[in-house]
Amino acid sequence: MADQQLDAQGLNCPMPIIKARKALQELAAGQTLEVLATDPGSVADFQAFARMTGHGLLEVSDAGPVYRFVLQKNA
Amino acid sequence: MDPTTTQANANKGGTQSMSLIVTKGTLDWAYPPFILATTAAAMGLQVNMFFTFYGLPLLLKKLDLELSTLGNPAMKMPMMGGHMGLPNIAAMVPGVDRAATKMMRQLMEKKGVASVEDLREVALESGVRLIACQMTMDLFDYTLDDMIAGPELGGAATYIEVATQCDINLFI
Repeated sequence: MADQQLDAQGLNCPMPIIKARKALQELAAGQTLEVLATDPGSVADFQAFARMTGHGLLEVSDAGPVYRFVLQKNA
Repeated sequence: MDPTTTQANANKGGTQSMSLIVTKGTLDWAYPPFILATTAAAMGLQVNMFFTFYGLPLLLKKLDLELSTLGNPAMKMPMMGGHMGLPNIAAMVPGVDRAATKMMRQLMEKKGVASVEDLREVALESGVRLIACQMTMDLFDYTLDDMIAGPELGGAATYIEVATQCDINLFI
């Protein structure tokens, strides 16, 4: 169970990323954020976001129609 | 004009950065700069937006953005199960731009696309640096009082200095 949940279903690019970044700012290092999204572009985008920011991407469920990501805030 | 990309010299500090020249102010063209700026800021980049010519009114307090169907031949909207464009001759009919704008706004709402106003707010919250072109302000009779709080004034030299220090420079 992640420390925080973010429901970004129905939102289109770039809002899932923008909202995830905001939610991560509220977390302490090491805490996790679960994101649910329906934007198919978010599968590639969350991986790029994690690579660029250094936040961990612990889980990706890319089966759809609801995509699930678990991010871990970096130190 | 086509959007062009140039790679500036590598950043010297630890933080990567991006600049955008924003030149267009229709509803559709307002999106790319704000989407890219807010996303880059969310990814930890320091972002600078330089608003010039028809991009400058995107800083006005009250936005009333419209599409222009004229000279926008690739614009095809999903309609009646297919995609339909609009011949330029029809763009002369009064009210056509209004109708196309309404249709676009309905599509955006249905598809969960954020409003330009919301994205602009996110840009402000995330510390994106907004620079209003002084020459365009003079040309179109605007003052900073007409604009949202946040933009600073600058000219071409201000932008060039910024651009030399950015990793990504975009013209939109």
